[in-house]
Amino acid sequence: MTQVVPEAPTPAELREIALTRAEYESATAQLGRTLNPLELGMLGAMWSEHCSYKTSKPLLRQLQSTGARVVLGPGENAGVVDLGGDLLCCFKIESHNHPSAIEPVQGAATGVGGILRDVFAMGARPVALLDAIRFGDLDQSLQRHRFARVVEGIGFYGNCIGVPTVGGETYFDSAYSENCLVNAMCVGLAERSQLVRAVASGPGNPVMLVGADTGRDGIHGATFASVQLDDSAEERRPAVQVGNPYLEKCLLEACLQLCGHPALVGLQDCGAAGLTSSCAEMAHRGGVGIEIDVARVSRRERGMSPYQVMLSESQERMVLVVERGQEDAVRRIFDRWDLHSDIIGRVIAEPELRILDGLEQVATLPLGILVDGFAERRPPSRRPSDLDSRLAPDPLSSPAPWSPEESWLRLLGSPNCGETRWIFRQYDHQVGDDTVRGPGGDAAVLRIKGRRDGLAMTVDGAHRSAALDPRRGTALAVAEAVRNLAVVGAEPLALTNCLNFGDPDQSEVMWQMEEAVGGLADAALAFGIPVVSGNVSLYNDFQGNGIPPTPMVGLVGQVPSVAVSAGLGFRAAGDLIYLIGPAGVELAGSEYQRLAQGTATGTPPRLDVAAELAAAAAIRDLVRGSVLSSAHDCALGGLAVTLAESCIAGGLGAIVESPLAPPSPAPTGWAWGVLFGETSGRYLISVAPDQISRLAAVCQGHGVPVLKLGVVGGSSISIGGLAEIGLVAAAQASSGALVNLMERG
Amino acid sequence: MAVRFGIAVFPGTWSERDCSHAVSLAGGESTLLWHADRDLKGSDCVVLPGGFAHGDYLRAGAIARFAPLMDAVAEHARAGGLVLGICNGFQILCEAGLLPGALLRNRGLQFLCQPTWLRVETVSTPFLAELEIGTTLEIPISHGEGRYYADPTTLAQLEAESRVALRYSGPSGELADRYNPNGSLHQIAGILNEQRNVLGMMPHPERACEPLLGSEDGLALFAGVVRGLVAAGR
Repeated sequence: MTQVVPEAPTPAELREIALTRAEYESATAQLGRTLNPLELGMLGAMWSEHCSYKTSKPLLRQLQSTGARVVLGPGENAGVVDLGGDLLCCFKIESHNHPSAIEPVQGAATGVGGILRDVFAMGARPVALLDAIRFGDLDQSLQRHRFARVVEGIGFYGNCIGVPTVGGETYFDSAYSENCLVNAMCVGLAERSQLVRAVASGPGNPVMLVGADTGRDGIHGATFASVQLDDSAEERRPAVQVGNPYLEKCLLEACLQLCGHPALVGLQDCGAAGLTSSCAEMAHRGGVGIEIDVARVSRRERGMSPYQVMLSESQERMVLVVERGQEDAVRRIFDRWDLHSDIIGRVIAEPELRILDGLEQVATLPLGILVDGFAERRPPSRRPSDLDSRLAPDPLSSPAPWSPEESWLRLLGSPNCGETRWIFRQYDHQVGDDTVRGPGGDAAVLRIKGRRDGLAMTVDGAHRSAALDPRRGTALAVAEAVRNLAVVGAEPLALTNCLNFGDPDQSEVMWQMEEAVGGLADAALAFGIPVVSGNVSLYNDFQGNGIPPTPMVGLVGQVPSVAVSAGLGFRAAGDLIYLIGPAGVELAGSEYQRLAQGTATGTPPRLDVAAELAAAAAIRDLVRGSVLSSAHDCALGGLAVTLAESCIAGGLGAIVESPLAPPSPAPTGWAWGVLFGETSGRYLISVAPDQISRLAAVCQGHGVPVLKLGVVGGSSISIGGLAEIGLVAAAQASSGALVNLMERG
Repeated sequence: MAVRFGIAVFPGTWSERDCSHAVSLAGGESTLLWHADRDLKGSDCVVLPGGFAHGDYLRAGAIARFAPLMDAVAEHARAGGLVLGICNGFQILCEAGLLPGALLRNRGLQFLCQPTWLRVETVSTPFLAELEIGTTLEIPISHGEGRYYADPTTLAQLEAESRVALRYSGPSGELADRYNPNGSLHQIAGILNEQRNVLGMMPHPERACEPLLGSEDGLALFAGVVRGLVAAGR
């Protein structure tokens, strides 16, 4: 141990590691001594928001994480649910927002790489990726650049490693101009006997670092993610890691070969805060300690200090604890894939992280302090003072800038409602030979070879309504995810979430967090869906301008038979079109309101969970019973956009009636409300005439309202007396929505 | 004895399991062949599957061609054995000199995963023997570097010898630039060697073997090999 008593760090030094003076003093008080620079760096990383969740943890305790199908909940690398027959499904979503804003290709790519490691660290083979991404308006070249490069980065990693990207959500809004969001989700499958925990045990057992060499990249990445972006963010570019999907593919195969091997004790992804956090967390979970000799770590660069080795976030590395005496068996597996497997330390009985540099001991920190010693934060929260004035206006009384037809075509031709093929054709969405339904629909469906059942998955973010009412907006996102699964016949198993917010030290942002997490907890409980994993991304803020509250919900469900599924496109002329769920004219926070008025005002759509549950159950029964020709969640863009999507996908027109008669006198915006209102809980379905009695019986059985709207056919799309557009014009608007913007350069 | 497909695995290969699955649907049996070995384990047909062998570093297929396994594959091909290179496998075959030409970055520079239609241009090869000239197959592509290129002499020779096996086309076989996803010369999606026992193609037939996944047009390639070899009494 160094004999010099370190001096207290300067304010600048504390800022560098995102530690407050009070936190520093708490650490020294707990330790009974000062910390040397290495210890301080490790502590700063572990106590950063990114690793410690010190601000969000108190809120996240509200989330219900247990359930009959839950095998492992939060606290592991990923959540695990039971699919029956000894097969487990493992999944998680995680953000990589800050790195993607600075270096979009590598930021997005390493986001994908990180979430893949979380899943195969559990012994599960990744079978699907999804992404939820948000950018500013595409009429700005910077936003087009960022968007194109993020898509390239996601594709670069997923395509190369051979895991299909089967779904996602993309949304553009000027609120994300400075802070783009890149949330990546991964789903994997594991035999029960292959499941591995990230727990160290057995003093004397060797600790190995496998995969890539350790370099200077990504040092303090965790800290970087825990502060606001500012103009100096460009200087943080070295804090963004560089991805090597090829190496990770080899690492994945080697690790999966090792899972289930008796030599393996514990396996952990080496992610944020590098070796420091992976070793500390593994040891802490096992109630033991770990001793690391940094001199034994293979390096990419010369002259790296112990500090740099311990905090490097070089990608494609895993830490494992193996049974003493079994090192060679483990080594042989990694050798076959031309991967390093360095023994860098050992498990010790004392619950501490001890760092050696050769013979010299350079740091020792008790794990109780390093992992758990931080104080949870509950910054003051305050309901925004202007909220009432934003909730008050009635959107139906606003004059419309465009005719219903023009509004309809503009929505279809907008990047948020238009076709997303430009994105997903850049992603391999088929590798693995299991993609029954890929991107571009409501939910992705994967078969599981050798079984009749399959997986369904979706990721849905709260939209503008969350800016008006974070609690309800978040709950609405859960409801939308449930509907997306229902239309493919799937029942939810569990959800994962990525909570993206601005700076929690702003009291209004803290209020948004409290409300949103409360809304998630309430909705998950009401829908009966356990929350098994998640991630929080704070400080999505640029010079005081934060993003709107943006919780993303990743939902995984099970379909009893992958062979039965309806699809969102109309199938045959003469089929009858029905609306299941309530009719409504709720425009507040809608996509129409954003596009036409550039605002989000009014009271966001109501949420009736009991009605949503009944409708979802009815839709599942209808889909599984092959009653329907098509089924589509009615959400973004309202009835008009949903109807057009079913028409375009099927290449068939439709003539329908308005689901609601206008009141007398009708408000100015009535027609727009009927067409584009985003009332929750609705499905647009079509059935062959000979299936009507079955439809009625199922809906009646579930007590679900069903309203006949019209009939499939013709070359135009018409909503009784309100608006009519040509099928070709609609298809052209939708197909050009992204391509025309992106390929004009 | 069942017809045996040996499926090559390089570090970075990812469609070996997809190909095994397709082979089993076609009634064959499959075994994996490790890049560092020279043993083809008695394979009747070697499949070089899709992926990013050795990360596609330097150039797609440029490192994989030096694998010990490739010596055995070349010998197998010289002796008349069947070799099917799919996507990355096609790139490796070109790098290894078992097929002429090269696969360049897609026109448009983007990775593309989408359905394509392929027009069958010749049936005088064991891979397409059960089909008819002019038939179209719906088989998806998934690549960033699939633009077939060869010098004019080579192209002329390929055409003259009917060694263009598959061309990107419309659903009913019409040839037009808009059906050419990557800018391949002569809309080439797949070619044969002189002996017609080595086929390289960019599209993924193993992904089109079941109606559940959208198309079963790719099964003909695997099933054709199985039935052809069984009929030949091997």
